[in-house]
Amino acid sequence: MPIRYTPEHEWLRVEGDLVVVGITEHASEQLGDVVFVELPEVGRKVEKGDEVSVIESVKAASDILAPLAGEIVEVNEALPETPALVNEKPMQAWFFKMKVANLAAVDDYMSEGAYEDFIG
Amino acid sequence: MAGDTGLKRTALCNLHVELGAKMVPFAGWDMPVQYPMGVLKEHLHTRAAAGLFDVSHMGQVILPVAAIAALEALVPVDIAGLGLNRQRYAMFTNDAGGILDDLMVANRGDHLFLVVNAACAEADIAHLRAHVPGVTVVACRGLLALQGPQAEAALARLLPGVTAMRFMDTATFLWEGADLWVSRSGYTGEDGFEISVPEGVIEGFARALLAMPEVAPIGLGARDSLRLEAGMPLYGHDIDTETTPVEAGLAWAIQKARRSGGGREGGFPGAARILRELTEGPARKRIGLRPEGRAPMREGVEIYAEATGGSPIGRVTSGGFGPSIDGPMAMAYLPATLAPGATVYGEVRGKRLPARITDLPFHPTSYKR
Repeated sequence: MPIRYTPEHEWLRVEGDLVVVGITEHASEQLGDVVFVELPEVGRKVEKGDEVSVIESVKAASDILAPLAGEIVEVNEALPETPALVNEKPMQAWFFKMKVANLAAVDDYMSEGAYEDFIG
Repeated sequence: MAGDTGLKRTALCNLHVELGAKMVPFAGWDMPVQYPMGVLKEHLHTRAAAGLFDVSHMGQVILPVAAIAALEALVPVDIAGLGLNRQRYAMFTNDAGGILDDLMVANRGDHLFLVVNAACAEADIAHLRAHVPGVTVVACRGLLALQGPQAEAALARLLPGVTAMRFMDTATFLWEGADLWVSRSGYTGEDGFEISVPEGVIEGFARALLAMPEVAPIGLGARDSLRLEAGMPLYGHDIDTETTPVEAGLAWAIQKARRSGGGREGGFPGAARILRELTEGPARKRIGLRPEGRAPMREGVEIYAEATGGSPIGRVTSGGFGPSIDGPMAMAYLPATLAPGATVYGEVRGKRLPARITDLPFHPTSYKR
């Protein structure tokens, strides 16, 4: 399944039976230099729309929302240590991986083309 | 000049856009918040080389020398004793001892030159006109700041005379037939200059500086993190009508002549409270906070004495990430009994996080005295 994009400027990539979540290049540019990342706890059960991660740039704090209901199974420990990774390689700087009940629901989110139209 | 947005534009607006700046509304002006370099690198560049800031939104005012006594009646500062071609930091106070605005006052020989905050300029000018004769609002001049360890070398290529200036000196230099009013001062903690430039030549002057390898354009974002690291208050955030100069840690700006026992003791709005606080000490003080983790404590974060329970003992007035100190930093008003080294707790997203009280500035200043 190709990468999908949420209106909250997160990207979702399916990896086996897990969904990997990060923020888009557009989001990282809008945020500016990221200086702090707080990750969710592994094992946390989340509902769609829950605030699961915090990202702070030189300008402001923002939340990363769970794009789907499920369980956080892995987090990217490199990000709190080196928050600048989010700006340098946003499509590789994943925040967390989650196990979801319905993998097909990922496909409800935007394709790359639709997201590009969305951000104008 | 005003655009479609209703925002005022500086004479350098087109240059900012050409340089790729992200423009934002600030105090009624359309201003560059950052350039493609980004806030973090702009900040570090200013500390390592030289940064050029457009601060033309700030208000520039001229007063006649005859207005010195009238101006002294508005500020707790020794204006009469200000030497020729010297500049001083000052603040307009109100009857309760609060701060209406902070400003710079320069003695330029046949007149005084004032620079006030953009957001307060209109109120300041009305305040001055109500109390001081001969107020002239300077029109058609922009204001630039060139800051950083290489600012002198860069500026001296255009204005060789600046090398003889020391911190808070002012001078006038000719550049391409225009009078430039220069002071060796700034809002970054670095050595540097602030330059009032006629609008007709300001773009050419800015381009001449930007053509130099050590000079980069710097936006308001880095201006804020630079001044915060340097421990300088921002009006409307760290100082306002509810804070006195003594509480704000600005007692250094009140010279002996205006203090109890001085030659021109008191005689400014709020003198009773301010002079009392100078003698007895204030109940609360603006202090520095270094949060122990990496999470910034931003403006509005409430500070507690304990990790759990109790009521807030203060609130963050400015806070963010300090690129040069590589960590979070904040300012807050806390009880004056708390000494540097003490630990307090800031509540961030429902969690009490420890922070250490520290002396200001966070990053040492490097003025050429």
